[in-house]
This record gives sequence, C-alpha cells and structure tokens, in this order.
Amino acid sequence: MVDVEKIRADFPILEESVYGKPLVYLDNGATSQRPLPVIDRMTEYYLKYNSNVHRGVHYLSNKCTDANEAARREVQRFVHAASEKEIVFTRGTTEAINLVAYTFGEAFVEEGDEVIVTEMEHHANIVPWQMLCERKKALLKVVPFDEKGELRLDVYEKLLNERVKLVGVAYVSNVLGTVNPVREMIARAHAVGAKVLIDAAQAIAHLPVDVQDLDCDFLAFSGHKIYGPTGVGVLYGKESLLQQMPPWQGGGEMISEVRFEKTTYNELPFKFEAGTPDFIGIVGLGEALKYIGQIGVAEAGEYEQELLHYAMEQMKQIPRLRIFGEAQHKASVISFQIDGIHHFDLGTLLDQMGIAVRTGQLCAEPVMQHYGVTGMVRASLAVYNTKAEIDKLCEGLRKVEKMLNV
Amino acid sequence: MSIEEIEREIVGEFSVYDDWMDKYAYLIEIGNGMPAMDEQYKTDDNLIKGCQSRVWFYPEMRGELLYFMADSDAIITKGIAALLVRVFSGQKPGEIAKADLSFIDEIGLTQHLSPTRSNGLVSMIRQIKMYAIAFSAK
Repeated sequence: MVDVEKIRADFPILEESVYGKPLVYLDNGATSQRPLPVIDRMTEYYLKYNSNVHRGVHYLSNKCTDANEAARREVQRFVHAASEKEIVFTRGTTEAINLVAYTFGEAFVEEGDEVIVTEMEHHANIVPWQMLCERKKALLKVVPFDEKGELRLDVYEKLLNERVKLVGVAYVSNVLGTVNPVREMIARAHAVGAKVLIDAAQAIAHLPVDVQDLDCDFLAFSGHKIYGPTGVGVLYGKESLLQQMPPWQGGGEMISEVRFEKTTYNELPFKFEAGTPDFIGIVGLGEALKYIGQIGVAEAGEYEQELLHYAMEQMKQIPRLRIFGEAQHKASVISFQIDGIHHFDLGTLLDQMGIAVRTGQLCAEPVMQHYGVTGMVRASLAVYNTKAEIDKLCEGLRKVEKMLNV
Repeated sequence: MSIEEIEREIVGEFSVYDDWMDKYAYLIEIGNGMPAMDEQYKTDDNLIKGCQSRVWFYPEMRGELLYFMADSDAIITKGIAALLVRVFSGQKPGEIAKADLSFIDEIGLTQHLSPTRSNGLVSMIRQIKMYAIAFSAK
C-alpha cells in the first residue's frame, strides 16, 4: 500500500501555490517533481564533493567517481541489466535514441534496409530514425494503432521481414497511455533478426522494467520522468551489441589512447560517454531510483491505476469530454478534449485555477493527425497525486465549460 | 482616438476586475464580441506562426489608415487578438510601428500570459508591426 500523504511530504513543491491557489500538478508525463532525498543528495555533492570524475588522483574526484559508478550500478539493478557495462549515461531519452540511431545505424543499417516505428511514438522516437533512413537510404515503416489506441499487431506482423534491422517502440505512449505488448513484439522482431529499442520514458516510473525478461536490445529513459534531475538519462544496450557499435561523439573519457596516427577507444560503457558527464545529476538519478525503489514501482503503478480508473470514471461524467486512448492496458495518462473548447483555452483557464496540465500536440503530431485534431489536453498522474486532485480537475473542467458557455 | 488613448481605455476596463478569472471572463467576452473573420482571409499567408492556437491577422489600407481583421480558433487568443485590433485598427502605419505597448503589462496580461510561444502574443505584435512597417514604406 502506498502512503500518499507520506510521499507528498517528500515533495515540497506540491505545497506551493500558483496565483494564490494550491498547486495541482498533473503534468508528470512532461516532468515529475523531485523528492527531498534527491535534492538533498545533489546539494550535498555540490556543497562537499564537487570534482570532475574519473582519472582524478585526489579525494574529491574519487568520491564523485565512486558515486557516479554507484549510480550506474543502481540503474543496472533497477532495470535488471546483466552488467553495468550495459548502462550508458546520456542527457536523456532523446539523446539515447539518437546515439543508437547513429551508431547502430552506422554499423548495421544499409541501403534498402527497413526500420519500423509505430504511429504513437513521441517525435524523439521518430525523427532520429527518419534521419538514419535518409543517411542510409533505408525505409521507415509505421505500425498504426486502432481506435482504442492499441497497436495493430496484425500489421506489425506483416511489416516484419529480414530487411528490418530495427524496431523502435514506446513501452507506454505519452499521449494515449497505452502499455504496448513490447515483450511479444520483441520476440517477433527477433524471429526475423531485427533488434528492438524500447522508449521507456513514460514507463520507467510506472511499471517494473526488466530488460533481461523483455529481452530488448536497447532501452532508453530520462531521469526527470522518474523523480530525478533533468539533463540525465540512460541508454541500456546489450553488451554484445554495444561492443560492435562505433563510438558516437569523440572527446575525453571515451578514449583509450590518443595518437595523431590513430586513437583507440575506451571500453564500455565509457566509449559512449564523451566529455564530462553530469555526474551530480547522475548521483541524483541514483538517489531517485533508490527512492522509488523503496516505495516499489509495482506498488506505485498499482496506486496510479486506482487513480487512473477514478479519473476516467469522473471525467466521463462530463458529457462533452472525449478521452483519447482506452487501451486495455493503460498507464496513468489521460489525453482529452471537451467538444467546443480549444485545448489552449482549457489549459490556460485550468492554469488560473492552479491546475497544471499539458496542451497541444504533445510531441506526437502523428497521433493528432490520426484523430484529426489540432491538439489535446493531457493530465498525467504520478505516485503523489490524489483523488482530491482529480476532483479539482473535474471541478475545474466544469467551471471552464460554464465560463465558455458550452 | 490615438493608440495611447485606446490603451488607457482598455487598462481602465480591466482595472475593474480584481480576480484573474474575471479578467479572463472579460477577455473571453471581448473575443466573442469581435466580428467573425471572413473565411477567405483565413489563409496560411495570414496565419501567425508560433501559437498553440491558430490565429489570423489580415491587414488592409484604407486611405492613410491601416485596418486589421483577426480571428482565432481559441477564444482567449481571440480575445487578445481583439484587443490588439481595437488598439491598432484605423491608425496610421507609422504610429503603429512606433507604438509602445505598455498597456499589456499594465493589464497584467504578460504576467498571466507569459510571452512564450504558446499564446502567441509576441508573435501577433511582431506581425502587426511588420505589416505597419511594410505599409508605411509604400
């Protein structure tokens, strides 16, 4: 059982007011808040230990290096990776996907090959593949979704063939909330020799992730969507694959020896970590994983499911409200519209009531095109949200309807 | 009335309301009150880039004065557009180009509608000024 009041006490920002009204933060899909243990840990490192990591001979450098590598092991445990060599720190999900699109693409994708993504991907899991396909004269294929917001696995099956080198799919859709059957999709892709990258940005804080059980080849997520800091993310990659991929960015840290005749590269995971990493951010991420680990991701997810069902039930009582995405397996993301009200007006007026939601195309224009809309409003819930906040959202929606006379 | 006088008038109207919800209700009323724009003017050329909602401005010179028609698919944006039309429509292009828009701050609009890309306030003003400069050069 999740003790939500106890959890809320760890997030001081939730006590803030906006425009004199108590904050109702329902924009967790964009970024979640950070709990005190994360903030404290990062502050402690800034105050006492800040020093550049790796190859330092002095105390502070060793302290930060140890913390950086301890965080890597924390990530390894969290996603159940076989080795810490499989954990590459990036700036976020986007950078992790770009890294794979560039280096895996460089090594394995050739003219006439195919890459598969889905219609419900975030732009970050579309554009890097488009760029790869352009570079390599490869083809990008798209798995559509149905009216419930579930992937058309029959179409996926037909798209799979031995020319497909990579499949990129979101574990959880950032608009529809759909939890995709990635385990099954990975097995199907492997059957034709394709590798699979899972965009776990929207999944990582809401359902347990086990990369070995999934058997995914790559998995990417961002620290700030799992109660950690911004600017830090993770790429998990199977060691054998990462070994075969060329480095991406060149610079310090990623080298073994630098000679003008020939430079050799560092071993995994450092080969992919050029330049000074955000090591204090990484320490913060490690702390965030510990924090959510103590609550239990499965327990958090279960509580969020309860909130989701309550929210769906309450919101459906608003006659003109339309929810996009009603998959059987759905995470705590609710995108919606109220007939006759522009999403911008709705978001702006909710903001005046202290309610933070996201509006617009939600970095997923193909999803908007699917439904023929110019934008949506999205409420995305985290482990610290409450039913009372959902009531406030619904009350706010009714108030907006009244103000706009619809 | 001059641009300055219209601005004062608008500031006066908004000062009646203390609560921001009321100010928004007034803005919505202003938006609803603006005459609908003829569909033929809702072209991509007249679309202001950089807003979360779609907003169109159509300029027209009549004699020495520049007139604007505007519309938006979002009512709050339409209200803002209506305020700008009220301030600028029927003024000399030279006056529009050099107008200082402190009234927006005085109403409190910039505080509550941060000049980000989402509401397009900045884009709208930039476009109006560009039209004014273009017409005053003719």
